[in-house]
Amino acid sequence: MYPEQLRYTKEHEWVGLEGDVATIGITDHAQEELGDIVYVELPKPGTKLEKGKTLGSVESVKAVSDIYAPVSGEVVEVNETLAEAPEKINTDPHGAAWLVKIRLSAPGDVSDLLSAADYQSYIAAEK
Amino acid sequence: MVDFGGWDMPVQYSGILDEHKAVRTAVGVFDVSHMGEIEIRGPEALALVDFVSTNSAAKLTPGKIQYAGLLYDHGGFVDDILVHRVSEDSFFLCVNASNQDKDYEHIRAANRWQAEVDFAGNRYAQIAIQGPKALATLQKLTSTPLAAMRYYSFVDGEAAGTAARIARTGYTGEDGFEIYIAPAAAESAWDAIFKAGAEFGIKPCGLGARNTLRMEAAMPLYGHEIHASITPFDAGLDWIVKMEKESFLGRAALERQREAGTTRKLIGFEMRGRGIARDGYEVFIGGAPAGWVTSGGPSPTLCKNIGLCYLPVATAVVGQPVQILIRGQLVDAVTIPTPFYKRAR
Repeated sequence: MYPEQLRYTKEHEWVGLEGDVATIGITDHAQEELGDIVYVELPKPGTKLEKGKTLGSVESVKAVSDIYAPVSGEVVEVNETLAEAPEKINTDPHGAAWLVKIRLSAPGDVSDLLSAADYQSYIAAEK
Repeated sequence: MVDFGGWDMPVQYSGILDEHKAVRTAVGVFDVSHMGEIEIRGPEALALVDFVSTNSAAKLTPGKIQYAGLLYDHGGFVDDILVHRVSEDSFFLCVNASNQDKDYEHIRAANRWQAEVDFAGNRYAQIAIQGPKALATLQKLTSTPLAAMRYYSFVDGEAAGTAARIARTGYTGEDGFEIYIAPAAAESAWDAIFKAGAEFGIKPCGLGARNTLRMEAAMPLYGHEIHASITPFDAGLDWIVKMEKESFLGRAALERQREAGTTRKLIGFEMRGRGIARDGYEVFIGGAPAGWVTSGGPSPTLCKNIGLCYLPVATAVVGQPVQILIRGQLVDAVTIPTPFYKRAR
């Protein structure tokens, strides 16, 4: 369920690292809690993001939730397909429904993130 | 699960969109046992009910139901209620869960007659069966001929093997029934309803779908469209106010408001720009603050983002361009007629 190669935050984002570019998404647990997702707001390429600050938002039928940047850096790519098909986040949160790619400005940020096992124990304890 | 007035209630089962669609196209079931019930009995029951209800209890014949306001002296809503006339001298009120204690106190305080006011919330479980296949589903479980029942009428009979008050009412904009049964019988009734509705693809529905369904039907929700500082005239609920009655709670304030004129009015809108309006967001006209959103969100049936808002009376007309302040940005919307969704009859 939670891929080993990804890293996770307590705010329910995931991070996949390739070189100095991090792919960001929200976790399966997050999509499950939110329910049917109907709208996604994402930053434009070139936006500078600061770790812990708002990156964008996802809206389900019932509510809007902020997404926080798990790492600092510059947005290099945005998943444009989500504008037309935000429901992909419900069906493939760890794959096709990634949100943005960020070029890390502080590669050390990644070391603060949780492993798949730690994240799973965290959400198990949260319930 | 969310805590709802002390009740642990599911927001969703299979998903709001899925549940919403089940109710619009087939049948969905809601456990609404959290709703409150108040019984008013005795030879003077009618006098008390007619005094606390904005609607005309006197015109209500046994077996019929009325939607009504329960108001403060200043004309604002204590609650919106369903008044069932059980017999000449017995009434059954279905009230909002989170308001039931204050409703009960409010009615008792208004009781200058010898009517018996009984808090009955713990004696009833309530299950709502809603959708075009609601009748076919429930008919399998009761000998009461449901097709003969008018909308907003009820029958005391039996359903799913237990004594039941069967009302043709609902909060979804679809045909359907709400049954009131003993809490001890609720679990087996719930199971029986699912068996009966299986061939139609029956779905359990939570509070999330209940909200999107009632919003499409533009039915008010207490705490949103109506509350203590909103009068029935503000909310466009003139039809539940019978000013020809000599006295009822809030009448003097409503009389004054009718003479002075209302200043704001509830109206529907749809988003034109990208964004979803939510409860509490500010509404602007021509760049200036004008009102507020009372309910907003995506409409699963209409596939657009809709909402209800209060606007100054002069601007509360269909076709008025407005902007909704969505997280720091003004997004275009336009007022449209309500209800947003009306079922084919």
